[in-house]
Amino acid sequence: MTVAVIQFGGSNCDRDTVRALDALDIDAELVWHEDGLPADVDGIVLPGGFSYGDYLRAGAMAAQSPILEDVRTVTEEGKPVLGICNGAQIGCESSLTPGAFTVNKSARFQCEHVHLRVENAETPWTSGYNKGDVVTFPIAHGEGRFEIADERLEELEAENRVLFRYCDANGNITDEANPNGSKHNIAGITGERDSVAVMMPHPERASLADIGTTDGQDVLRAFAQT
Amino acid sequence: MTTYSATVTVRLKQGVLDPEAQTTKQALERLGFELDSLSSVDQFEIELDAESENSARERVTEMTERLLANPTMHDYEVTLDQR
Repeated sequence: MTVAVIQFGGSNCDRDTVRALDALDIDAELVWHEDGLPADVDGIVLPGGFSYGDYLRAGAMAAQSPILEDVRTVTEEGKPVLGICNGAQIGCESSLTPGAFTVNKSARFQCEHVHLRVENAETPWTSGYNKGDVVTFPIAHGEGRFEIADERLEELEAENRVLFRYCDANGNITDEANPNGSKHNIAGITGERDSVAVMMPHPERASLADIGTTDGQDVLRAFAQT
Repeated sequence: MTTYSATVTVRLKQGVLDPEAQTTKQALERLGFELDSLSSVDQFEIELDAESENSARERVTEMTERLLANPTMHDYEVTLDQR
């Protein structure tokens, strides 16, 4: 079994993701998007970066790559698929997940560590946490503000599909703790199946003790459960 | 076949925040201009050959819905001219 980390022109968290998965003894390999998925693929990461220079909208071009059709097939098999940062933007642009990630409220690129509150601990991505846990992940994005129509947002919340919300150190969901103006402080959500998830914060950058927090490891462990 | 030129205007839906437009408005105000509001739109100009105006419009609309606009955030309009 292997986890395919799909590279597009402009991906830049692809190798970090493989390294973070390796550290958890999860077999992972880089896959160039034009080469198609390996036959034994058991999970997929759409990694962070700036695919196609964020032309048109972040993720819009990569979402049109034919490999996204293969990714959709893998999601239908119930295998884990995770979009991180630019991968999250690609996930929304290709309708693997609802909504869109767009320009930060500050209109600036933001690169910092943030607190996240675990909203649903009963998904493959969050089963290592408890509901209400506060974890620390880095963010690094200019287009991370989660936008969605109000009625779709209501559905998403009613279906318990919010994984993480931006919060303060004590787990309070406040405007001050919302780094990008996301609706209802949403940082990560699942698709129709909870085996599909997208998130703007970087679990792979919070997975090696040498570089600080390891809070992100539990998200990546979803790939070890298959 | 007739050549048409299409203009696709893509704008944010009412109520969706536009931080870049807000920043631009503030910059104009800093320059001493007075204005009530400012919004930014994306505009695409497309030339294409088609059998009829309807088929040209249909194709441009599909291009817009598939790629140029994101229905989560955007409204769009398509205008066509015969060249």
